[in-house]
Amino acid sequence: MKPGPLYQRDREWHPPALTPDYKTSVSRSPQYSMISLETGIGEITGPVFGHNDIDPIDKDLLSNYAKSGESPIGERIILHGRVLDENARPVPNTLVEIWQANAGGRYRHKKDTYIAPIDPNFGGCGRTLSDENGYYHFRTVKPGAYPWRNWINNWRPAHIHMSIFGTAFAQRLITQCYFEGDPLIDKCPILKSIPDPQAIEQLIARLDLNATIPLDTIAYKFDIVVRGRRSTMFENRPEGN
Amino acid sequence: MRQELNYLKETPSQTAGPYVHIGLAPGAAGFDIYRQELGWDIAGPNARGERIRVEGCVIDGMGSPIKDVLLEAWQANADGIYAHPEHEGEVEEGFRGWGRVITDFDTGEWGFDTVKPGPVTERDGKVIAPHISLWIVARGINVGLQTRVYFEDETEANAADSVLNLIEWEQRRQTLIARKSERDGKPVYRFDIKLQGQDETVFFDI
Ligand SMILES: [Fe+2]
Repeated sequence: MKPGPLYQRDREWHPPALTPDYKTSVSRSPQYSMISLETGIGEITGPVFGHNDIDPIDKDLLSNYAKSGESPIGERIILHGRVLDENARPVPNTLVEIWQANAGGRYRHKKDTYIAPIDPNFGGCGRTLSDENGYYHFRTVKPGAYPWRNWINNWRPAHIHMSIFGTAFAQRLITQCYFEGDPLIDKCPILKSIPDPQAIEQLIARLDLNATIPLDTIAYKFDIVVRGRRSTMFENRPEGN
Repeated sequence: MRQELNYLKETPSQTAGPYVHIGLAPGAAGFDIYRQELGWDIAGPNARGERIRVEGCVIDGMGSPIKDVLLEAWQANADGIYAHPEHEGEVEEGFRGWGRVITDFDTGEWGFDTVKPGPVTERDGKVIAPHISLWIVARGINVGLQTRVYFEDETEANAADSVLNLIEWEQRRQTLIARKSERDGKPVYRFDIKLQGQDETVFFDI
């Protein structure tokens, strides 16, 4: 049995394109129906990355932009978990990239003008490859909440943006990881673009005391699931036969 | 006892937000952190085939170019082979077939240099016209959009392409055909992406 096409993406689990409470989606959401395609060779393949592409320090946001001997300000955290597919199989050697605000809620980005200061020792991005069992981990600071222009008084819950490749271009995914216990989670129009409360739960990293480094760094666990693939037990009949 | 299916659910998508650049293209956002950024060279130095440029804008429902988009491209080489272990065949040393660009912060223009891909033979023997797959993310886009760039000068291959022909409305197929011109002796294909309106680009649920 060789792996075949991907399972159909469950569009009701994802946010719809048009979510008026998240205002920017109004003029950026396609209005015609998408054309549904069976995944072909260009969709079940995707870019392959290796250890020559990235450096080990890239996954350590506590040190990848800090001056020597210094550290960013904020709550030191480990963010770790596994990349799995919908069949619960690990996805090894896949690229995971993250970006985030600093502990004050400010991004190192020219378009971010929030009053909270830039941290001279914090870049705010990282990347790593999952290991042979699909595990990944980052070390960083917990990002701060920040205000954004949507309604007059919207605040983003603390979150880390995540980009995942999987092994197929049709598995390509960007999401955001939130933190257990954050009272802003229930109030966020971007998070609430997801209709199913259980799907929202899937985006909330859990405090993981077992993975902490005592007296040093606290830990949160966040598993990522990319689309699974059918096993081709029987080949499809060509159309019309 | 009831049989359980035990499938996991795919992680739900969230918008890439306005600061996607610092994560995926920090150099473009104005700071250097990595030894090398990924996706700036799609074809590499050894790729065979015709060197081309593909460029355009992403236009919102108000008719304005969007200035905070990130696009990724995925394509086969000139022989129609994807750089992936599941696709039999060799690609040139340094050919990855994947690229990443952002739109200009002032104009909304994006563009990348690559080689023109060849036709691709699917597992069932069907031949797909030369094309580049695009994935589009930005603030306000909740799930990344998938579309395809086909080439104006591939009239015959496009007419026979099973994906283009799946689009019931013939005039909508035109939204996937990049328009050819020339600059400094090099072919340039223009591919504007319209998110809304009568000539909304065709997006795929793949
Ligand atoms: Fe954010």
